Amino acid sequence: MSQIWIATLVSSLICFLLKYLGYRIPESLLNRPAIQRINTLIPIALLSSLVAVQALTIEQQVVIDHRLVGLLVAAIALSFKANFPIMMLLAAASSALVYNL
Amino acid sequence: MRDLIYSLAQGWDFLRQNERVSLNPSSFNRRRVLSDSLAVAIPVGTYGAAFGAASIAAGFSILQTCLLSLLLFSGASQFAVVGVMGSGGSAISAIATGSLLGFRNGLYGLKMAPLLKLRGFKRLIGAQLTIDESTGVAISQEGRGDEAARYGFWATGIGVYFFWNLFTLLGAIGAGAIGDPAAWGLDAVVPAAFLGLLWPRLTDNKTRVLAISAALLALLLVPFVPAGVPIIATALLAVIFGSRAAR
Repeated sequence: MSQIWIATLVSSLICFLLKYLGYRIPESLLNRPAIQRINTLIPIALLSSLVAVQALTIEQQVVIDHRLVGLLVAAIALSFKANFPIMMLLAAASSALVYNL
Repeated sequence: MRDLIYSLAQGWDFLRQNERVSLNPSSFNRRRVLSDSLAVAIPVGTYGAAFGAASIAAGFSILQTCLLSLLLFSGASQFAVVGVMGSGGSAISAIATGSLLGFRNGLYGLKMAPLLKLRGFKRLIGAQLTIDESTGVAISQEGRGDEAARYGFWATGIGVYFFWNLFTLLGAIGAGAIGDPAAWGLDAVVPAAFLGLLWPRLTDNKTRVLAISAALLALLLVPFVPAGVPIIATALLAVIFGSRAAR
């Protein structure tokens, strides 16, 4: 089985089990302030590192290219409260424009 | 004449509403909750097209892309899995990143369990639909009563599931039909998607400092450790930030 198949099926299984566990475990176990706080912070850390790695690296090198333009345009769109589809279209269009120049 | 009809209509409306209230204390305005739910489900669902396209650009097949939306069904985790694999990471780092991002759905389940009171097969379905949006709408409807909150959960969960999967397929087919992903800006769509998911979470200075530190740490680590590891490593930053605030 290829790596992509393993990633697809195993991550689906684990993510489903995580959802299901919430309905099965006693509330007192995870309902602590520190756990709740860390739980809101983990997505922030992961998502922002994903932004950086996806926009600024190729293989194992830090690279600045057309993707950064798309990302900056996305940030501007978000700061103007653009909705998701419009923000994505603007990011794709601006990045493609720079790439094709 | 027009005034008479108008006041009759108003009176009828008033009677109907009061009758509802007096006959059934748990009733609520179904249409209003449904429109709140769809207002979330449709835009979020169309976002699935971006996932479909990103997944194809990362080297996943149309089948694998659709399976992620059907089986995993949690946007941030799905983008993470294809993002890590697309940048050359191993399956293990893709699974670890996706799972860490999926952990919060378990905590949502914890919150939803006493409200939904599900058993058996319905609990499996309810669990699969427990995501940011369904939980968010359910909580926002609590002021209208538990019945409205439950309705909001199911309407949003089912709505997002339907539109997310539909648009994933459309995005995957669309992206498969074009040649070089970069020429269409698809390589910029992935970081923009993550930024869109991140943006509403940056509510104060602490979260902004964490976000910038995590991005810098990941970039610093990229040349030295295998792909995927820099992202997982930043979860430690979140743990440190989270425990420090306890004092």
